[in-house]
Amino acid sequence: MHLPISDKIELNILHQNSHQAEKNKVKFNNYNLLCLNIMSSPGAGKTRLLEITLEDLSKKFHSAVLEGDMTTNLDAARLEKLNIPVVPITTGRACHLDANMVCGGLKLLEKKINPDLLDILLVENVGNLVCPAEFEIGEHFKVALLSITEGEDKPLKYPIMFREADLILITKVDLLPHLNFDINELKSNIASTNPKADVIEISSITKSGFDLWQDWIRKKILKFKNN
Amino acid sequence: MTKCLILSMEEWAEKKNKKKIVVEKINLKIGEFTCVEPISLINTFNAAVLGSWLDSSEITIETIPFEGKCSKCNRLYFPKKENGYKSPCCNFNLEEIISGRELKIASIDFKEK
Ligand SMILES: Nc1nc2c(ncn2[C@@H]2O[C@H](COP(=O)(O)OP(=O)(O)OP(=O)(O)O)[C@@H](O)[C@H]2O)c(=O)[nH]1
Ligand SMILES: [Mg+2]
Ligand SMILES: [Zn+2]
Ligand SMILES: [Zn+2]
Ligand SMILES: [Zn+2]
Repeated sequence: MHLPISDKIELNILHQNSHQAEKNKVKFNNYNLLCLNIMSSPGAGKTRLLEITLEDLSKKFHSAVLEGDMTTNLDAARLEKLNIPVVPITTGRACHLDANMVCGGLKLLEKKINPDLLDILLVENVGNLVCPAEFEIGEHFKVALLSITEGEDKPLKYPIMFREADLILITKVDLLPHLNFDINELKSNIASTNPKADVIEISSITKSGFDLWQDWIRKKILKFKNN
Repeated sequence: MTKCLILSMEEWAEKKNKKKIVVEKINLKIGEFTCVEPISLINTFNAAVLGSWLDSSEITIETIPFEGKCSKCNRLYFPKKENGYKSPCCNFNLEEIISGRELKIASIDFKEK
């Protein structure tokens, strides 16, 4: 045995994922394709949001979805009904999408459609408030959903996702009259965790807030195309 | 995260002969403001490497404090959940994070057989 050697590498644990995310982003940019990473806890309303959003959005912009799910294709099946390209990504034991999986999903998407023809790619991440936020996938923007049934304290309890988000959608606001929920406290917790994020209150039942959300997407697509 | 740590170790070892080295310690620097819970990272790592070339490697974790900068007066401070990460000096929202987002392998201690 020789003496121990200390190799001071100062290496980011996630660097391989970051490299792949950069490659994905280059691909998206070459396709002129805006990519949104949509994240939330399980059941906050991501798939329902996409169903409603795409009914309208897909008439104005060529849209596609990558659907991350741990074990089933149920969400992908729901979105395929909208007649847009949907690629399911089954993550298995991983509780988040990583850049490699999204790269694989993009390859499958390329078999379905020439991505040059697309304007926007919506990626539904695995329902999980913890690690999806640490894994870049090459997205241009991160959208985090938080439903009012989850509690006012969630931005402080799981701050990373809300800190990293460009837009935070407060979902299920139709339930406000039925709950003892202080939406101003939630908004103040969001502002503390991420003072820079855009915030929109939305309901998939009454459709309130969808005009603002659709407008947010439209502006991002147009700005991206003009760059 | 454990998977990424092991992949990073594999990448590091590629240039070396894995059979000829013993990794004694993997020294990590983990920021307080990350998704990583040090204890659970150590536990899942230990379970994942059983029987592999990293079986006898020990993880050490240096926690990097979560530090922010008050955007009003430029003072550094340690943001606390309890008061919404606001600066104690000016009660300002946390805009700039100085440290606490690190997820790093600082160094690897190994021996050649
Ligand atoms: N009241 C109300 N219910 C909603 C709203 N949006 C979604 N839901 C319901 O919430 C449940 C979960 O919605 P999904 O869209 O499947 O949630 P998800 O985030 O995709 O869930 P996972 O993919 O499993 O993480 C469903 O029963 C939806 O009908 C809303 O705005 N208001
Ligand atoms: Mg879903
Ligand atoms: Zn590398
Ligand atoms: Zn995960
Ligand atoms: Zn100050």
